[in-house]
Parts: sequence; structure tokens; C-alpha cells
Amino acid sequence: MSAEIYATLAWLPKAPADFRQRCRASVGVPPSSPGGVKHLSGYALDENQLLQLSAAVELVRALNGSLSPLVPFRLGILGNATLEPLVPALIATALRYGIDLQCVKGDYAQVLQEAMEPESAVNRSKPDAVLVALDYRAFPTADRSNDAGHASALVSDALAFVGMLQTGIRERSNALCILQTLAPPPELLFGSLDRLVPGTPRQFASAFNAGLPEVAQRERGVVFDVAALAETIGLADWYSPTQWNLAKFPFDAKFLPVYADHVCRIIAALRGKARRCLILDLDNTVWGGVIGDDGLEGIVIGQGDATGEAYLEIQRTALALRDRGIILAVSSKNEDQVARSAFIEHPEMLLRENHIAVFQANWNDKATNIKAIASELSLGLDAMVFLDDNPVERALIREMLPEVAVPELPDDPALYARTLQAGGYFESTVFSEEDQQRAAFYEGNARRVALRDQATDIQSYLRSLNMTIGFAPFDLTGRSRITQLINKSNQFNLTTKRYSEQEIADIENDPSCFTLQVRLTDSFGDNGMISVIICRFLSPGTWEIDTWLMSCRVLGRGVEQMVLREILHHAKARGVKRLLGRYFPTERNGLVREHFKKLGFELVAQDESENTTWQLETDVEIDPAPMAVNRSGFELSAV
Amino acid sequence: MPVDVYERLTELLRAIFDDDSIEARPTLTADQVAGWDSFAHLRVIFAVEKEFGVSFAASQIASLKNVGELVELINAKMVRSPS
Repeated sequence: MSAEIYATLAWLPKAPADFRQRCRASVGVPPSSPGGVKHLSGYALDENQLLQLSAAVELVRALNGSLSPLVPFRLGILGNATLEPLVPALIATALRYGIDLQCVKGDYAQVLQEAMEPESAVNRSKPDAVLVALDYRAFPTADRSNDAGHASALVSDALAFVGMLQTGIRERSNALCILQTLAPPPELLFGSLDRLVPGTPRQFASAFNAGLPEVAQRERGVVFDVAALAETIGLADWYSPTQWNLAKFPFDAKFLPVYADHVCRIIAALRGKARRCLILDLDNTVWGGVIGDDGLEGIVIGQGDATGEAYLEIQRTALALRDRGIILAVSSKNEDQVARSAFIEHPEMLLRENHIAVFQANWNDKATNIKAIASELSLGLDAMVFLDDNPVERALIREMLPEVAVPELPDDPALYARTLQAGGYFESTVFSEEDQQRAAFYEGNARRVALRDQATDIQSYLRSLNMTIGFAPFDLTGRSRITQLINKSNQFNLTTKRYSEQEIADIENDPSCFTLQVRLTDSFGDNGMISVIICRFLSPGTWEIDTWLMSCRVLGRGVEQMVLREILHHAKARGVKRLLGRYFPTERNGLVREHFKKLGFELVAQDESENTTWQLETDVEIDPAPMAVNRSGFELSAV
Repeated sequence: MPVDVYERLTELLRAIFDDDSIEARPTLTADQVAGWDSFAHLRVIFAVEKEFGVSFAASQIASLKNVGELVELINAKMVRSPS
């Protein structure tokens, strides 16, 4: 159910099971450090978790006097309903946006007094802004449903009332107002006719909402479109009659987290903290498939195919954001030329090179690339949003560059665009001419930024992944997947030899062959079979590595060195003294040109087609990568 | 198999009141738990509705005297609408 995206803040990672304990521990940690209160606010928190976090915030304040370096903001809150539960939810949510929020709440149903009296609690506190949280129940309902004059008088009276509150607050405390639109109740009087008949709640809300922006502009206030939020979630869920009757809760308490997030987006935008750059992964994020393996013709994008249209939608969203001044960049693990070819040549692509300000397609870690993009654009990391379908890349960026916003994505690419938009990263309170021109300013270069040496130490992150690598010889169970990988892997494939399933069965039973199927699991789940090795006895004491391929999805995790350790282990057990590696270049496998060199092999031959042969003595020691090893299916004598 | 209703309630109450010493017992009342005021009571009710997939009427919520009665109410609702 797609409404759940909003209600559960699905763009944020789920809170850890020990969240409550972490809240307690956060009190002794600086607010912006790992484990501090700001860090904890980055999870999808429910009402109770927000309350726990706000309690921790109060303790940090009592201890340190402030939440420095978070930006202080004082918010007055007026409303015609119960506001108490809103305060802790707002305080905890504001941390997510780097805001140290203090709330001053007016008395229940004392809206007019709080706004107009200079000495009211709200005015006395000199707030930066006042949230005027009125819903439809704050205004009188029409008593003669079909009297158009009476009905329109009610609307103008309501708008005048809100305008008066706003002017009162502006004059007495110089705060700007955040004015809410009205969500109509789901109950209808006539039915569809409610749209037409003056004085129905639906008519009233719609006329009020149409007039509200003009009221807000008079005092440079801003509109908070609660009607849009409530309609998105569903009015029947938004309004809980039971909760209203019981405690005068203006909307179902389970929507406090999403309501608070929307208020805090506006506050963040007022403080200039909205994000300004969207960094896109490519494979399986803006098109379906892996261009390096599937080829330009093999990627899924375009009309006429449900999956292709889902990816079109995310491209359309990126372009629409660009039109309103959001800068687009690319960070993808790919060969630069291969990745660019889709932007230049693919007829169905909406995104083109001239839409992209910085284009980073290479094999380095994405944290290093995102830092390079930010520095090239002279933007802070806190201006960046990074969209990637791969949970491991997302977690890496969250860990290494916590300032970057990294939305979670659902499994179905059809919901990528909606999820990104639901996150509200680009919330803005103004749309200026400068915004409109910004896209053009960055137009046309899609430049590639040179990386300094790998600037990010990702070892500790790799350790936190709890990886286990599994090695087994070819077997009946793995046979069809092995055959599939051998016939479709193009990028990380040293020799690009193709074998049929029957040939694989023969190799499996050939005593002169040594085989490995490699699997990898990590804290995000099972990556399945990710590497395949075939070695053949070339002469007594020498193995030739006939096939070495790997899924690019697990690049940069140390799998290659662990595979080499495994080969060496079995080679030594069989009296093999030397490994011979071959690299046969193709259009697609430039990625592994230096593969054997990086692993310590020595170049021994090179022919006129650039085919190279490499050698390694098996008594060499290779450092292990941070992962556990699980070995199965080998004959005992060999293990 | 399903965890006992009291065990699930214990977890819930501990999370809401951030107190690991709470044990949901039939005789437990709100005034025995620090912080269980009228707003907290609603939070308990909303959390129970979410956890057990049930919903209560205002009159039912207002008339509860102790945790035992809350559990009876949960059980009655769950029998009527098995999830």
C-alpha cells in the first residue's frame, strides 16, 4: 500500500531494535557525532520513538546548555486542538534537519489571545516563526447550505481571521507565520454534489485554501499544505473521530511523525537548509539492467514496457527537479564511456549529458566520488541527495558521509520516484528567478572530476558488513547459475570464455580441473553466487586460470583477494607451485586490465592483441579481507 | 507460535515508558507506573491498537481499570476479528 510510504517515513532507514537504549546512550555524546541525538533522528521513528528521542534532547540541553552546532529555532504553536503531543515530535524531528527546535505552545483554544496580546506566552518568547495549526473545526459551519452569499461570507471571515492572527503576531513579535490549508472531512453531505453546493465542508475548505496564499504573502508568511498531506495519506485515515472525541487530537496520532517531518522541512527551508543537488546511480536506478554487462541495447528504459516506464518516471522526476533549480550529478560504478553512451546514443533516455553537471563513472568507492562532486560544485555535503538501488552503497554513504541524504528505495522501481519525492529533500518556501536559471548555469559540461587518492577509509565500514564468503566446487545445484554467469558476465571477466551447461558438467567431473563457485552474504542479506573460477593443470605444478569472473555488484569489498587466497590454499594442497593468469581484452572488460597486477602477479608475456599472461608463485601470502570464510563440498584430503 | 498477550504488552509498556522494570500483570494500574497520565494512556491505547490490529471505542478506553481489563478487551476484539 503506497500510503504507507508516507505514514511510515519509508525513505528513512528503519530504527534499530535497541533504539531506546541508544537514546539513553546519546545523552553523553556530542549532538552531531555518531550515536548523538542528530544521528538517531535519521531513522524512521514512530510517535513513541520521537518522544524517547526528545527526552534525550532535553537531557542534553540540561547538561550542555545547548545543542550546538545545531541551528537554534524557536517555534510558537497555536491551534484549536490538542497540541501537547506535537511538541516532542517536532523537537525530535527537527534534529533530522540540523535544527535545535524550541517550542512555545499557546493554551488550548486561546488562539486569538495568544496572537493579539503582546504579553502572551507565544509573543513574549520572541519566536522565529509561529505555526498556526487550525483545522476545519476552528471555523463556523454554514447554517443555510444553499445560500451562496452566506457561504462566501464565511470563507472571507475565516481568511480575515487568519490574516488578523498573522498581523497580530507580526506586529507583536515580528515572527512569520506558517499557515495551514484545511483538509476537508471525509464525510459528505450530498455526495459528489458537495463540490458544487456552497457551504458544504468540502466547498468551504477548497475556497479557503484558494485564498490562503494571498493572505500569507501579505506578511511574508508561508503556507503549509496540510490538505495535500492529508489527501495523500487518505482523509478517512487522517481524521480519527474517536481520537477527536477522546482527546481533541486534530488528526490520527500515528501521523504525527509525517506531520512533524513536513513542518520541519519548512523550518529547514526557512533556514536555507534545503538540499540542492541530486546524485544519481545509473544501473538499476535510472535504467533497468547493468549496461556494462547487458550492453546499450540490453538496458531497460522507455515506453511500452512496465519496467522501462518505471525508470522513465525517475528520469522525468530528475529532469523536473532540474527545471526548478536542483543540480543533477551522476555517481556510478562503470566505465566512463560505456555509461555515457546511454546518455548520448540511447533513443529512449530522457536524461542527456547536458543535464548532468558532474559525471563520475569509475570504479572507485562512491564516498570518494561524492566528496569530489560536492567540492567541484562548491556545495556542502549537506546539500546532497544520493539515489542508489543498492543497499550496501546506501549504507556506505550513510556511514562515511552522514551529512548526505540517502533515501531508502522499495523493491519496485515504479515507486522510486514517489519515494524520493515523499522524502521532501528539496522543500522550498520560495521559487526565485535565480532558481530557474541555476540549471542553465550548470548546463552542458557533464564534466569528470579527477579523484585524488582514495580519500575514504572504508575498511571499518566493510568490517561492519559482517560478510561471509562461501567457497564450494561446482556441483549439480549450482550448475545452471554457473552457466548463466559464464555466459553473461562481460565486465569483471578475465578471459570471457563461454561454456554450455553440458561443458560445465564435464569440467565439474574433470580431475584435471579445479573449480570454485563463490557466494557472499552480508548484513543486508544473501548476494547469491558472485564469482566463478576454473583452473586447469597446464603442466605438473602449474595451474592456468581458465576463467575468473565476478559480479560488479560486490566490487571493492576484498572478494578478489579472498578468492585468490582460496585458490592458493587448494593449489598448495595439490602440490601446485605456480599460477598462470590470462587477460584477454574485450570491449567490455577494461575494468580488469590490471587485475592480476593488483593481486601481485608478474607479467610474463604480452602478444600483439594485448593479450597478457601473468604468473604468481603459490608460496606467497595474501592478506585476508574482513570477512568470514565458509568452505564446503571439497574432498577432505584437499581441505 | 504467538507470544502471550501479556508478554507483548510488557514489551510495549517498557518502550512507551522507557522503563525495563515494567511487567504487564492483570492487577497493574496506571498509577503504579511513572508517567502514565491521560496522554500516556492514549499512547498505550494507540500502541495496543497498532500491535494487535484492533480498535477501541472511546467508552471502552475510558472505562478500563487495570491491565487485566485491557487484556480482556484485546482478547475479545481479536476473537471477533481474527487477523
